[in-house]
Amino acid sequence: MDTSSIRTTGSRMRSTRATEDPAWVRGVLIAVSLCFALVFLVLPLLNVFGQALAKGWATALASLTEPDTRSAVVLTLVVAGICVPLNTIFGIAAAWLITRFEFKGKALLTTLIDLPFSVSPVVTGLVYILVFGLRGHLGPWLDERGIQVIFALPGIVLVTLFVTVPFVARELIPLMQTQGSDQEQAAMTLGASGWQTFWHVTLPSIKWGLLYGVILCNARAMGEFGAVSVVSGHISGITDTLPLRIEKLDKEYNAVAAFSIAALLALLALVTLGLKTWLEHRQNRLLDLAQSPPDEH
Amino acid sequence: MSIELRNVSKRFGQIAAVDSVSFGVGEGELVALLGPSGGGKTTVLRMIAGLEQPTDGDILIRGKRVNDVSVQQRNIGFVFQGYALFKTMSVFDNIAFGLKIKKWPAAERTARVEELLALLELQGLAKRFPHQLSGGQRQRVAIARALAPKPSVLLLDEPFGAVDARIRQELRDWLVHLHGELSVTTVFVTHDQEEAMEVSNRIVIFGRGRLEQIGAPREVYEQPSNEFVARFIGVLNVLELRVENGAARLHELSFPTHGVAEGSALRIGFRPYAVQISRDLAEYRYRATLQHVYFLGVLLRLELVTPSGLTIRTRITKDDFVRLGLAEGDSLSFNIREYRVLSRDGDALPPEVAAVHQAPSSYADGI
Repeated sequence: MDTSSIRTTGSRMRSTRATEDPAWVRGVLIAVSLCFALVFLVLPLLNVFGQALAKGWATALASLTEPDTRSAVVLTLVVAGICVPLNTIFGIAAAWLITRFEFKGKALLTTLIDLPFSVSPVVTGLVYILVFGLRGHLGPWLDERGIQVIFALPGIVLVTLFVTVPFVARELIPLMQTQGSDQEQAAMTLGASGWQTFWHVTLPSIKWGLLYGVILCNARAMGEFGAVSVVSGHISGITDTLPLRIEKLDKEYNAVAAFSIAALLALLALVTLGLKTWLEHRQNRLLDLAQSPPDEH
Repeated sequence: MSIELRNVSKRFGQIAAVDSVSFGVGEGELVALLGPSGGGKTTVLRMIAGLEQPTDGDILIRGKRVNDVSVQQRNIGFVFQGYALFKTMSVFDNIAFGLKIKKWPAAERTARVEELLALLELQGLAKRFPHQLSGGQRQRVAIARALAPKPSVLLLDEPFGAVDARIRQELRDWLVHLHGELSVTTVFVTHDQEEAMEVSNRIVIFGRGRLEQIGAPREVYEQPSNEFVARFIGVLNVLELRVENGAARLHELSFPTHGVAEGSALRIGFRPYAVQISRDLAEYRYRATLQHVYFLGVLLRLELVTPSGLTIRTRITKDDFVRLGLAEGDSLSFNIREYRVLSRDGDALPPEVAAVHQAPSSYADGI
């Protein structure tokens, strides 16, 4: 009796030890992760700002107001201004369709939404050239009617749309799945039409997730390089977006200007990250509140 | 008739969730749809609401066919199982939602919400959000929200499922009370037979998509139309007997043959209250040992085991238990006062048979 009980205790102690790493292992792992993050993430980022300000604030600001750069800023804002609203509408519609209805091809649609994540942006650009380019399928027909897609704004907008399709939809689908359709059905039994239900019930309950998706979508729309590079034609002052402008300035050995714009984009990324973290925190807190056991009053 | 269903069916693919169901609910009635899960009762409720479309048959509300009327236009109040309160709205806004949609003027809207808050004793909670309420309060907000636009019928899906036992009892009283006050036609779904018996005027019992029986609680308890109902409503002891030597027997128990041929099987069922017990071993026909005593409150459930190992369940009041001075392990005699012959599934049940216990007229008989 005694020996068996000792043996059980012994094995329990061993198993406790097995699930907990010794302190030095934890220390090494933390140090390695921190070093990695510092060397590969923080230092380059600091370097961007350092290079941008190497010749002082004035030079950096001056390079931002240079005409070609200004037009790149405008073009980038125009592209994001078109793509983000369109993909927001598409994302809501797709998420609504996928989470609220059963239909044939639902799995296919879900996979298609993910497609831009798995296709290299360069391939995306080449595909659009194949379709809309002068030697492509639709290009000559459009050209006859005086519509230029490739090496012009429409091409840049199209590829950016394609690349940023998943962001809003991907964010909303799991959220709307967990929320279910009970609240919407309740609104309908109270007389609300489909639109009223969406506006008063669905939208308020997904707004933080939606905003999060929109922010990510915007960051990508402004930062996309590969696909835009293939279809833009790199015409300074006309079809250069901010990322393309950075590349061009860098190739021209204009480090300060290149890094000034890079710093602008990096700032955008940092703000996006900050907002994202704050929204995530908020969303989780709301979820916790909604799921917490009710207090007895 | 406030609600009427005529041969309503609902098929999902090949499966008939609801199979040709017809029944009516009178104006101001409080009716329970009772059945095991998968019995089709929730589907029936959702079809009345317009949340599901029947595959066949007609649904009428106040004499008007509503098959083609949308949920929004049916003027029903629906209380969902998980309440489905709008979590981004305060209690006030939740209750006012239907009124806002129906474009009530703001002043009337506020007055109506205040009235419902008072009726459901939710005063002081108007500014709270659903996650700040207890289960019982959420439930009452859901009922208030459904009642606000003055619906012609109130439909509740498992209204007491998601709260603990104490609040459940409180809410049952609420529903009865509320119904007495407003006398709005009310239909609720439940799988709890006790709840259905206690709360409703009439019970509609569903099993496997079919309507098994409809009647007042007492009717379905005392005159179940088939074995399914008899087993579902209350506890039923079921014995499988074989007819041998002119009587239906199972070990030491024997019953009349009821015209069943020699050698074939016969099933009988009896309620726990139909079992009489006595400490006097000579008083009743059969002997048993008191195996277990389960305390249920006012009632006690006793488990008797006969010498051959058959288990018989019975119930007695606490007073009787004390009067008889029973304890686990005691020997006693028992008799089955009433029982019914259970027929094949779906067939109508023959009436209960009273097995009049004949005490030996004299112990000197046969000397």
